[in-house]
Order: sequence, then C-alpha cells, then structure tokens
Amino acid sequence: MSEQQAPPPGAAAPVPTRSADPAEHTAGTGGRASQVLREVSTGSLGVTVLAFVLALVIGAVLIIAVDDDVAAAAGYLFARPADFFSAAWSAVADAYSALFRGAVINYRADDLAGVIHPLTETLTAATPLIIAALGVAVGFRAGLFNIGAQGQVIMGATVSGLVGFAWHLPVGIHLVVALLGGVVAGGLWAGIAGFLKARTGAHEVIVTIMLNYVALYLLQYLLTTSLFSTGNQPKSRSVDPSAQLPLLLGDQFRLNAGFLLAILAAVFVWWLMTRSTIGFRFRAVGSNAHAARTAGMSVTATFVLVMVVSGALAGLAGATQVLGTEKFLTDGIAGTLGFDAITVALLGRSKPLGIFLAGLLYGGLNVGGRVMEVSTGTPIDIVLVIQSLVVLFIAAPPLVRAVFRLPSPETKEVAA
Amino acid sequence: MKRATKVTALAALSTLALTACGSAPDEPSASGSAAAGSDFKACMVSDAGGFDDKSFNESGYNGLQDAKDELGIQVATAESQSNSDFAPNIDNLVQQDCNMIVTVGFLLATATGDAAKANPDVEFGIVDSTAQDADGNPVEMDNVKPISFDTAQAAYLAGYLAAGMSKTGTVATYGGLQIPSVTVFMDGFVDGVAKYDEDKGKDVKVLGWDKAKQNGSFAGTFDDQSAGQQLTQTFIDQGADIILPVAGPVGLGTLAAAKDAKDVSVIWVDSDGAATNPDAADLIMTSVMKQIGPAVDDVITGAANDKFDSTPYVGTLENEGVGLAPYHDFDSKVPQDLKDEVEKLKKDIIDGTITVESENAPK
Repeated sequence: MSEQQAPPPGAAAPVPTRSADPAEHTAGTGGRASQVLREVSTGSLGVTVLAFVLALVIGAVLIIAVDDDVAAAAGYLFARPADFFSAAWSAVADAYSALFRGAVINYRADDLAGVIHPLTETLTAATPLIIAALGVAVGFRAGLFNIGAQGQVIMGATVSGLVGFAWHLPVGIHLVVALLGGVVAGGLWAGIAGFLKARTGAHEVIVTIMLNYVALYLLQYLLTTSLFSTGNQPKSRSVDPSAQLPLLLGDQFRLNAGFLLAILAAVFVWWLMTRSTIGFRFRAVGSNAHAARTAGMSVTATFVLVMVVSGALAGLAGATQVLGTEKFLTDGIAGTLGFDAITVALLGRSKPLGIFLAGLLYGGLNVGGRVMEVSTGTPIDIVLVIQSLVVLFIAAPPLVRAVFRLPSPETKEVAA
Repeated sequence: MKRATKVTALAALSTLALTACGSAPDEPSASGSAAAGSDFKACMVSDAGGFDDKSFNESGYNGLQDAKDELGIQVATAESQSNSDFAPNIDNLVQQDCNMIVTVGFLLATATGDAAKANPDVEFGIVDSTAQDADGNPVEMDNVKPISFDTAQAAYLAGYLAAGMSKTGTVATYGGLQIPSVTVFMDGFVDGVAKYDEDKGKDVKVLGWDKAKQNGSFAGTFDDQSAGQQLTQTFIDQGADIILPVAGPVGLGTLAAAKDAKDVSVIWVDSDGAATNPDAADLIMTSVMKQIGPAVDDVITGAANDKFDSTPYVGTLENEGVGLAPYHDFDSKVPQDLKDEVEKLKKDIIDGTITVESENAPK
C-alpha cells in the first residue's frame, strides 16, 4: 500500500530527457496519469459508501435550503423551532423517498408492474453507462485517458442507426450487423487517437476531445442529408424492428437486451484484463511503459490496441442507445453519456464489477432524480450535485477519512 | 485571524437571529397552498435546454405559471437533461396524474405521440410541432393539440423594416440550428426584404439565408454566444448593418458584436428584446415576437375548463400569436412613412392581400 502513495508532485514521473522516440515521451505522461488513477482506485469500498453518505447529507442541506415550506418556517425559527425542523425533515424525507421510489421499488404502486417499473428504468439507464465506462476503464488501466468516449458513442450510434434504418436485412442478422457496425465505428474512431499517439506522440486527451467535436458536427451534418433524414427536421428515420434490441420484459417496460450486452461486456473486460495476455500487456504498459518496453513489449502497438478496445466498447454503448431505447438518431443521441462514463469508471475504480455497480447507482440517481423532480418539485440539479460530490469525495479519500475519523491505510499497515 | 472568524460568526448569528425572529402563524392550516385551488393538474416537459434557457422553454414555463396563478390549478414540471429523458419524463408526469401535459419543442414530437397513444385520457399540447410517429411523420390525434407559430408573417414585417432602415443596403440573418421553427423566421425576413426591393426598386441584399435553396448560416448551437458573435462580426465585415439572430441566447453574442461596431442594430426574436435585455435597448430596433407563453396559458385554460380540442393552434398576426414589438429607443429613428408602410403590410397580411409563404411554416 505504502509504495502506492503518491510521491511529491515534482517527483511524480521521471522526465524523459533524451527521447527521440515520441512514444517514449508520452510514456512519461502515461506513468503519471496511471499513478493518479491508482491512487483513486486503491481506496476501499468503505470509502465509497461513506462518500455516498456524505454526498447525500450535503444534498439534504441543499434540499432544505431550496424548499419553500422550510424557508417559511425559518422565518419564525425562534418563535416555534419545531416547525422548522419538521418542515426540514419532511422536505428531505419526501425528496429522498421519491428518489428511492423512482430508482428502485415504487412501494406505492397498485400492481407488480408498477412496483418494479423504476428498477427496470434504472437498468435501462445504466446499460449504456456501464458499457461506455468499461471502455473508459480499459484505457485507464493501460494509463490512457480516453476523454473521447462521447465521440465514440456518437460514432457508434450513427453507424448502428444507419445500418438499422438504411439496410434491410433478415431478422437476427440485421441486429448483429447493426451492433457490429457500432462496435467497429467506435473502435476505429478511438483508434485514430491511439494511432496518432503511437506515431507522433500526440496526447490522447487532446486528440480525443477534438474528435468529440468532429463526431458531433459530423452527425449534425449527416442529419441534414436525405440519407438520414426524411423531413426537414434534424432527426433520422427509425431503425427497422429487425435491428432493434428485443425487449426483455414485454411492451410495458423499456428494458431491452442491451442490458444483457452490458453484463457480457463486463465479463469480457474482466476476462480481458485479468486472464488474457493482451490484458496483461495493457496493464504492464499502464503501470510502467519503460519496463514494458524493456521486457520486449511494443508500447506503441499497445496504445493503438487499447484505444481500439476502449472505443469499441463506447461504440457498443452508442449502439445499445440507438437500437434499444431511442430507435432514431438526433444530435443529442449521446446526451452526456461519454462524460458520465468517465465518472462511472472512476467511481467503479476501473474494475468491471465496480463499474457495473457504479453504473447502476448512477443510472438509479438519474432515473430517481426525475421522479423526485416531478413529485416533490425538488430541482433535478440536486441529483447532479450528489453525483458530482460522490466522485469528488472518492477522489479525495483522505478527506472522507478525516470527516469520519477513519485511520489512514498506513497506520493500519503499521499495526498489522 | 481568529478574531476575524469570531466576528464573522457573530455577524452570521445575529443575521440569523434577526431573520428568524418573525412570529409564528396562529394555526398550522390544513394545507399551505393556494386557497380555493382546482383539481386540474397541468404539467410540462422541457427539452434539453431547460426551463431557464431565456428562450422557448422559459416562455412556455411562464405560460404554465400564469395559468397556475390565474386558475389555481396544480402544476408539475420535468426538466430534460438530454434527449433520452423525454419519454421517461412524460411517463413520470402521467404517473403523477397530470390531466394535461405540455411538451416544449419538436424534439419531443415522437415521445409525445407515443405517450398520447398509450394514454388516451391525458391531454397533450406540444409547442412548435405536431405529434409524430416513430418515423417522424406528423400524426393527428384527438388528445394532442399542436401549438405552433407562423412567425414568417412577423419576420416579413421585420425584413421590410430592416430593408427600409439599412444605410449600407445589406442586412443579415442567421439561425441556431437548421430546423423549421428557426428557418421560418429567416424565410419571412428574406421575403420582407424582397418586398421592399420590389416596391421601391432598390437592391437591398440579405446575407445568411437563401430561401430558394434553403441554405445559409447557422451557429450550430443555441447556447454558444461566441459563435453568434463571430458570425455577426463576419456579417458586419461584409457590410451588413442590421442583423436578425434566430438563435435564442446565442443572439447575445450578436448584441456584443453590434455594440463594438458602429451603426449596427439588431432585430431580436421570440420575446421583446429591448425589455428582456435593457442594457442593449439602444441596439435593438424591434423584435419578432412569438407569444409562446400566452398561447400555452390559453391552451391550459381551455383544458382546465373542459374545453380542450385538438385543432392546431397557429399563432398569426391576426390572432396576435406573432407580431412586431414596439420600437422603443428606435421610435424616433424610424421614419413615420416606414412605420405606416409596415402597418399597412400587417393589415394586408391579415386580410389576405399578401400571403407570406414559407415551406417551414406550420400547416
């Protein structure tokens, strides 16, 4: 544990002094990045849970601050303090119970379908988040910051959608081809960044961010062409039923086979990173590119491959979005998916199981937040604040330990 | 340092004490909400712009609030964070027993169509569109009222006015995104300028939109003001002195560019720009107004009084759903002759002597 404590910033990474090879130069940055990532990912599950609790508490304070009834009762706090506290309590209890009812189980519903409806919505919302976050995590583990999940999701959705509505293939084959189209498109799009890094040393953060814009404007342009759009609105035709992901629980629920793909993707990434030779190479390059090169691995080829795998997963996320839930393309098809995926990957500590759970949590907060907004009038922005705070606290484990007076890991080690 | 903390704490405490000293209400009444109140519940879903977009979501929201204040009805709102929120947001509001749900923007057309089909008992209104089926074809439904605006009529007047006011003989317009509810303004503007040229034998040029080819300048966004500023600067460099930005908040970039330039003025859209941007009132000649708020208010009022019908509402000059705002600071600068001509045009459009044609106008 102690060896993973970050050294002082200045000494964080050996500065490559005589690097003629561009890849060698970037390996230095990769090393520093992975150090930060390792710092984030070594915290315990306990810290994650406590960070979540802390974020909920701060969220509660905000709910109290914006609630009208509480503000009214605060006006006569000293005359009748009980009013203030009961108003505050009921504001928070209403909001959080609505959040729970919206995200997990609606215990107030009349029938079974109504009771489990929120859960299916959470799984639906979590599906693309999990898949895209797995992609981001593969990059993290190999020391690459793939900030371009957004663009890769867009490219994946675009190609999947195009195959879905422009080609008319037999049932079964159509869906497979459409999904593959998304995977290949996302992989190639990210591969550009990997190739540029390997060949020229261009930093993947900058390249992937720029490619996000290219992808977005490309889609916006495509939506004005007659190939994509029928009317004069920037929205594509709907994908054929044969290319849509089948619904898992019937017409009542939006939950579709994309969720099964998310589970498969998580298993695949687990296998890839811990059981395969390629995954070993990824991790080796991630922890120390110099050592990996010395050991005879091709760092540049690994960069390209990592980005391709990472992008392919993001592309799959885009494919599930367009073939599963949305059914047609707009320029908002990716929403903020690509950026939320980065958060989920961090929250899940770049491990498949962690990401799966983090994706469920994040999806649940999104879905529950909407119910909270419509039933109690609490602004959905509070949910965004809670989500952000969870990640912020996780990124600063010492802060959480200080708040809850937990011993730091080193102390524990000494005691043991 | 320590003393400073103490002083601050004391100040904070006393503020709290002062504000919290009010007397308690006598009896906690059964419910704190508006006295009479109606059981009718009107709800609204925004598009991804949110209800604070200073544009059509906000106008729609204001209409909902007005209806609430006038009728004492219940309201609930759902703000969409992204396009994938539309369907679940509408669904959630249906679960909340909303009697009427107003959706804002054509992006919600498909989600509205689906929800209206699944919930025939709920009444829907959709701003700037009709309900659509999965393939984006408009569908007429008994429980959906489209609320749209023939803004080409008002923009036509603005085009005529701009042509008459331009000293350089060049005016310009641009849009946020190339969608019908935006290009309909630009179509009307171009035709208004053409009308002036025809009547007066002049040759005032319009930059930024070719009506015949349906192609022109777009910021590509409704929220990046710098994009609006750059586009406007380009137009000014090409000699334009009156600009019509049809891009919501992006138009603020145009105001910034116009402020830096000399003798450039702006025609605002949607709301009365001189009233909503008082700092820039000296730059805003007039505004092409699109009365979303009052229209939403009307439709909700109708539904609350059991008078819902699915006949499309189309805002026109005649029903004052669209119109030109007062000239405000420009009142003294616009020649009376031109004012009269604009007024005459308005009458001609209302009585059908002149038809403003736009393929993007609501049908």
